[in-house]
Amino acid sequence: MTTVTAPDAPPGATAGIRKARGGGFWRYLLVRFLLIFPTIFILVSLVFFLMRLTGDPITASLGDRLSPEQLAERIHAAGYDRPLFVQYLEYLANVFTGNFGSSISDGRPVTEILLTYGSATLELAIYALIVAFIVGIPLGMVAAYFRDRWGDAALRIFAILCYATPVFFAGLVLKLIFAVWLKALPVAGRASTRTELRLQQLDDPTGIYLIDAIRTGSSSAITDVLTHAVLPALALGLLTAGVFLRLVRTNVIGTLSRDYVDAARSRGVREYRLVRRHALKPALVPIITVIGLQIAMLLGGAVLTETTFEWKGLGFQLAEYLAKRDFVAVQGIVALLAVIVALTNFIVDLIAAILDPRVRY
Amino acid sequence: MSTETRTPEKAARVRPRWWNRLPVLQQLRQSVGLQRGMLVVGLVITSVFVLVAIFAPFVAPYGYNQLRGPDGLFGAQQPPGPDHLLGTTVGGYDVLSRVIWGAQTALLVILVAIVLSVFIGIALGLLSGYIGGWFDRVTIVIADAIYAFPSLLLAIVAAIVISGGQSSLWGGILAAAISITVVFIPQYLRVVRAEVVRVKSEAFVESARVIGASNRRIMFRHVLRNSTRTLPLVITLNSSEAILTLAGLGFLGFGIEPSAAAEWGYDLNKSLSDVTSGIWWTSIFPGLAIVLVVLGITLVGESLNDLADPRLRARRKPAKTPAQAVAAEKPVAREEMGDVV
Amino acid sequence: MATHDTAVDIRGLRVSFDTDGGTVEAVRGVDLQVAPGEVLAIVGESGSGKTVTSRSILRLLPETATVKGAVLVGGEDVVRLDAARLRQLRGTQAAMIFQEPSTALNPVYTVGWQIAEGLRAHGKYTKKQARERAIDMLRKVGIPEPERRVDDYPHQFSGGQKQRIVIAMALALDASVLIADEPTTALDVTVQAEILDLLRRLRDEYGTAIVLITHNMGVVADLADRVAVMYLGEVVETAPVRELFAAPKHEYTKKLLAAVPRVELVERAAPESAAAEAVVEATGLEIEYPGRLGKKPFRAVHGVDLRIGLGEVVGLVGESGSGKTTIGRAIAGLAPVTGGSLRVLGTEMRGVKEREFRAKRRELGFVFQDPATSFNPLLTIAECVAEPLIVHGLASSAADGRDRVDELLDAVQLGGAYGDRYPHELSGGQRQRASLARALALDPKLLIADEPTSALDVSVQARVLELFEELQERFGFASLFITHDLAVVDRVAHRVVVLHRGEIAEEGPTDRVLGAPQDPYTRRLLASLPVPDPDEQARRREALAALQREAG
Repeated sequence: MTTVTAPDAPPGATAGIRKARGGGFWRYLLVRFLLIFPTIFILVSLVFFLMRLTGDPITASLGDRLSPEQLAERIHAAGYDRPLFVQYLEYLANVFTGNFGSSISDGRPVTEILLTYGSATLELAIYALIVAFIVGIPLGMVAAYFRDRWGDAALRIFAILCYATPVFFAGLVLKLIFAVWLKALPVAGRASTRTELRLQQLDDPTGIYLIDAIRTGSSSAITDVLTHAVLPALALGLLTAGVFLRLVRTNVIGTLSRDYVDAARSRGVREYRLVRRHALKPALVPIITVIGLQIAMLLGGAVLTETTFEWKGLGFQLAEYLAKRDFVAVQGIVALLAVIVALTNFIVDLIAAILDPRVRY
Repeated sequence: MSTETRTPEKAARVRPRWWNRLPVLQQLRQSVGLQRGMLVVGLVITSVFVLVAIFAPFVAPYGYNQLRGPDGLFGAQQPPGPDHLLGTTVGGYDVLSRVIWGAQTALLVILVAIVLSVFIGIALGLLSGYIGGWFDRVTIVIADAIYAFPSLLLAIVAAIVISGGQSSLWGGILAAAISITVVFIPQYLRVVRAEVVRVKSEAFVESARVIGASNRRIMFRHVLRNSTRTLPLVITLNSSEAILTLAGLGFLGFGIEPSAAAEWGYDLNKSLSDVTSGIWWTSIFPGLAIVLVVLGITLVGESLNDLADPRLRARRKPAKTPAQAVAAEKPVAREEMGDVV
Repeated sequence: MATHDTAVDIRGLRVSFDTDGGTVEAVRGVDLQVAPGEVLAIVGESGSGKTVTSRSILRLLPETATVKGAVLVGGEDVVRLDAARLRQLRGTQAAMIFQEPSTALNPVYTVGWQIAEGLRAHGKYTKKQARERAIDMLRKVGIPEPERRVDDYPHQFSGGQKQRIVIAMALALDASVLIADEPTTALDVTVQAEILDLLRRLRDEYGTAIVLITHNMGVVADLADRVAVMYLGEVVETAPVRELFAAPKHEYTKKLLAAVPRVELVERAAPESAAAEAVVEATGLEIEYPGRLGKKPFRAVHGVDLRIGLGEVVGLVGESGSGKTTIGRAIAGLAPVTGGSLRVLGTEMRGVKEREFRAKRRELGFVFQDPATSFNPLLTIAECVAEPLIVHGLASSAADGRDRVDELLDAVQLGGAYGDRYPHELSGGQRQRASLARALALDPKLLIADEPTSALDVSVQARVLELFEELQERFGFASLFITHDLAVVDRVAHRVVVLHRGEIAEEGPTDRVLGAPQDPYTRRLLASLPVPDPDEQARRREALAALQREAG
């Protein structure tokens, strides 16, 4: 009864609506795309200013090893004695051209660190996501369907446990059980030394060990790589699976109580199909949006998982640089991750927009 | 019709007693069956945690930084036994005592983090939602940017700023708490803002505007109190997240030095190498402590969440108090923050 | 008794729900029969159990429900069927139409997909066959260009079209019984007439039995063959439609019929003061809502001239999207005026600053449509009613203004004890009366009432309207009474303004506009309004059809 809504479109006006819908979609994408830039800008600036509040990175990293004169010289050489604002502008300009700085301890450019170790993190993240999807989404639907019965309660406790267990603790326990006591799986690393050497002999390795192992064609290499991946993937994957389970459950319960589910039921549609088709797909839009945010959490979790399993990826490196107090490297890696997060979120929103026919901004 | 003609002389009403109107207890009365079971379990675990934290000095057999007893040094990596129920760590501390004292550290961090973030978050959310316009848009873009970022990484950066990486008890607690606050403010902001935007368009706020009430009066008398109903929920959820973040920081070496306080994450970090040699007691117990506390708090939060949402609540009772009547509508904020676990 | 000539046979139906407060009996021993090709209307007010009764025909009840008795559909007892057979029966024997068409369609699937899904749940259809049948059905329910629109999503259709699609879905499986739960309540009156026509055609062409659940006696008179009146979970009276309207037997039915507002064309002269002084004067009023992100702004109101004299009640009538609420909000300073001029109580509202207008707000009251949300749930009724007194400095606190509050509550026939209650402890009608009390707290010169009765049951609505009339006579305030219901406006207004798509279609004294409308839109609007009298309604239906042929 409110007048804010546009009047009901007369039948002839549908062509107009179609057009508007197409326009709305592209406009939405454009706005979302443009939002990437302020997001990156805000995060990069935040990281920069936070890091600089503590003083200059050279003192932090080498302060206890160099004399004050040597320090002052290094600081001057690196330009850290200039006004903060000048440094900030320079930093922004560098970031804009893809230069995230170089580490102090070993002088490697951050982008190079990313290229070297990024593939390992990507591989781990993909494994973990696969585990999370396989475990979280079907179980979430089951829990929603059996809501408030014992099965549901058990699944929810499982989900909370998945979430309540810190990844590194889950990693430790898995390691203790499967690697130390049962000796069924390797303790740490991405592959055995032999396999690693073999993979390095490939010309132009992808860095994603599974792909590289398949390329060598050796089944023992593939098995080796996969057995190394099981525990880290489980530790990180179950954490995310818990989140997915709960998310799917809540949203599917929400859509199951909608009129259109009742309407479909009144047409004799099967219960399984009601959950699978009618409740899940509308629920997917919010689910996917949140999954986008979970990718950020997955990256945070990857840092801890990689440390636990000595999985030599970005997170492992980050922890190393943290231990060395090499804050330029830390700042660079964190800023770079910010860019990645902003980009993934855009892609996720894109998928959500394609799934939802009503999308409008 | 029947309600219309109901006798007016029966209009005298009994106000529910004040303790039934307290946030968590009220939901406890409202809950049934499994939901109640989950809530009760959560409340029990949470209260045990709080009690242990408060009475740590009396409960713990030794101090958190105690290395020697009357019979000399404890010795490193001693298995569980009569002297040390849960064994000793690689550094020679008593595991049980460290676990108990760790509860105190965790509780302090939660309290400081929540007090800081709740106030700033509510204030920003109220302003952002009520004023709207450019202020709102800019705040939201910033909040979203921070929200989308891995909270652990942000906490690391914040910890570096605040403590330079290593710290005393209060330095460490503040560092952890403030870094968690930075991550949480955007969440509170979004939750409160979403509620404010919803409440703002409700007829009773418009009615206050038609009457000619000032913005301040509308904001504080009508909007604020109707926008904070999801806070108990967010607080519980963030408490568990605070514990996990604190543990994560400790695990990466940004925790509190063992001489300053006990911290579970730090102990887990130190036990990393023990695991490979089959020494399990140094990692399992602090780890279980984290899992239990987070489990307890999350159970409370999940139950509050379900009870606050009519779509998720098992069965519905007619509202008994105004707060329940507010809670009977579907909170927007729940959708806003679908992912806070 | 389950012979071939009953489509639905409900016997001794009892439905109860488990709640924390104990078991609540929603339906208490209902017996009803529906013959093939018959339209049975179940009428009653909210809480009467009419919806639960109708839903139990398909056993579409929540898990907390316990059903006893028998519901025979096509000779099978739905109450005792196993899940598999029940599923087969749903859709093929009996189908359902919902109140809110926009929520009964899944937003993420095309309408064609949704129709086809129902077909494929019950038989073998290839994709192509299912699609053809879907197109066929859409054509039958009057969706233009069905070949193209079958691939559209629900949000691309108007409200009336969505309801047609829901009917098409029910129709696709040749169900012999159609359960229509308030099928036109969410629709405008002109669209309602079209949907009712469609349902009538289904009955005539396919011999479908229809169970029509409604609270609108006009709809009953228009479509029903037989009527069952429900009250507190029981059927209190069943009678053929003419008999029921002509000679209602049960006390409740009589009361219900008496409460239905009718267009009676009483001449109601505006007070003399109206000509002398205007409280609201709009000339060429334009109100636009800014479009988002470079889209064209939406023009809700354009070129409206409106005058409300001192002590005069002006009824503002229109369908959804006509701009009537927007005008009311602009007068109250809740929506900005973007063009023309609007003077309210001597203040020009175009570009007005809130600070300048605040003092004038003393002389302005507002009653909102939805009684559920118009009170702060955390304040008592007395505190809510005292708000205007406190804001304008007439009372320092709610306790201080309590005498005046009690006086006001008395005036709206809510005893003083109600003041200590919280809003959720009052019924919708009581809240709407309290809302009147709050609006009148400062003895305003102008009262804006935005659909104050449309969320209420008929008998409650009658009481609120009566109260409104009485208060208006007593306090003599001028009023803008916004409504979509012509019968309501007939009851209260001195003058009527009919809005259509943001422009004035017609205006004049109430009896003139409703008795002898000049504008084609007003005539169509008036003709679409079903009256609670089956014979009269049949005549009006003819007249409407003629009117539409005329319009082409």
